[in-house]
Amino acid sequence: MTSDSIKLEVFRYDPGGDGGPLFDTYEVPFGREWVILDALNYVKDNIDGTLSFRWSCRMGVCGSCGMMVDGEPVLTCAAFCRKYAPGPVRVEPLANFPVIRDLVIDMDDFVEKLGRVKPWIIPEHEKPLSEGEYLQSPEQLGDYKKYSSCINCLLCYSACPVYGIEPEFIGPAALALGQRYNLDSRDAGEAERRSVLAADEGVWDCTLVGECTEVCPKGVDPAGAIQRLKVSSTSHWWKSFLMPWSGREKA
Amino acid sequence: MAHRSKYTSPRSRRYVKRVPIFWWVRKWNYTKFILRELSSVSVAAYAVILILLVRVVGAGPAEYQEFLEVFQSPVSIGLNIVALAFVLLHSVTWFNLAPKALVIRVRSKVVPPMFIVGMNYAAWIVVSAAVAWILLSP
Repeated sequence: MTSDSIKLEVFRYDPGGDGGPLFDTYEVPFGREWVILDALNYVKDNIDGTLSFRWSCRMGVCGSCGMMVDGEPVLTCAAFCRKYAPGPVRVEPLANFPVIRDLVIDMDDFVEKLGRVKPWIIPEHEKPLSEGEYLQSPEQLGDYKKYSSCINCLLCYSACPVYGIEPEFIGPAALALGQRYNLDSRDAGEAERRSVLAADEGVWDCTLVGECTEVCPKGVDPAGAIQRLKVSSTSHWWKSFLMPWSGREKA
Repeated sequence: MAHRSKYTSPRSRRYVKRVPIFWWVRKWNYTKFILRELSSVSVAAYAVILILLVRVVGAGPAEYQEFLEVFQSPVSIGLNIVALAFVLLHSVTWFNLAPKALVIRVRSKVVPPMFIVGMNYAAWIVVSAAVAWILLSP
């Protein structure tokens, strides 16, 4: 099946070693349907078993195999070798994250921030099970559907220079997920999320570079979600400034 | 490959790469972003010039004439052309980004992004025409 070969320059980092990172070069034979992830698995199985990287589904669903390929954040399960052959093609860990080993990044910072935006439905009144589901029309579903496609692959964080320069920034995916729940007709948690989403390190750190949306493999458009959050956060501020007596308003 | 395979705790030292100062020259989209941000300087400069213009108009015809002469120098004209280009870039890029922030529903249908962009350009043309009419009408 294999008919061609590609040269990979793979970022290697050993946290137990003495030095910094280096690049190892591998020549990998590949078939027409091979993706960079297949090539990495070939290296691990046949050339160098110590190479470390994350992957799981191989079909753009799990969001584990994101890496920098020739400087661009991509899902390596969707990056065809034929596009980069004969190489050399650089494979590096996702930018803007600390590297644990080789191509494996430390995503603790993202996971902590994701929790802060409360990405779950906070209903106004909890219904007993006997009352059935929280119903929703197709239009109501359409309001947030694209933001719910996020697979937490972190390509958007790698593409975001703000996150690279100001690591306290909540970041594109977490903010988009906050907006996803704010827009859900079953949710009443906007006020609870506001202290995180509308903070300086929330939407206001975003300078709208827009690359998060460009690199998103699921069409989530985090840049759009963040700009809409800026509008709703601003209008809330004006409302509370001009009408302080309006009291508790629903989201 | 001769990599050490001894066990290391997952909490051991991380490799952290700093963002280089010239990160924005690496990719055209990043460069465009920096140019768009830089264009704010031109917008601010025009605002300052407008305020100065109001001041000299109030100060009298001699000051006004002097002000006009400063702006007729080749250096000033060159700077103005660059500033105008940046202000146009500023306007166009922000008009094109407007639908990202404005998602409007009319009778459960989302207004198409192109319509929102179009409304921005239409407002721009109308306001510019009004300003031109005020300035050019005898």
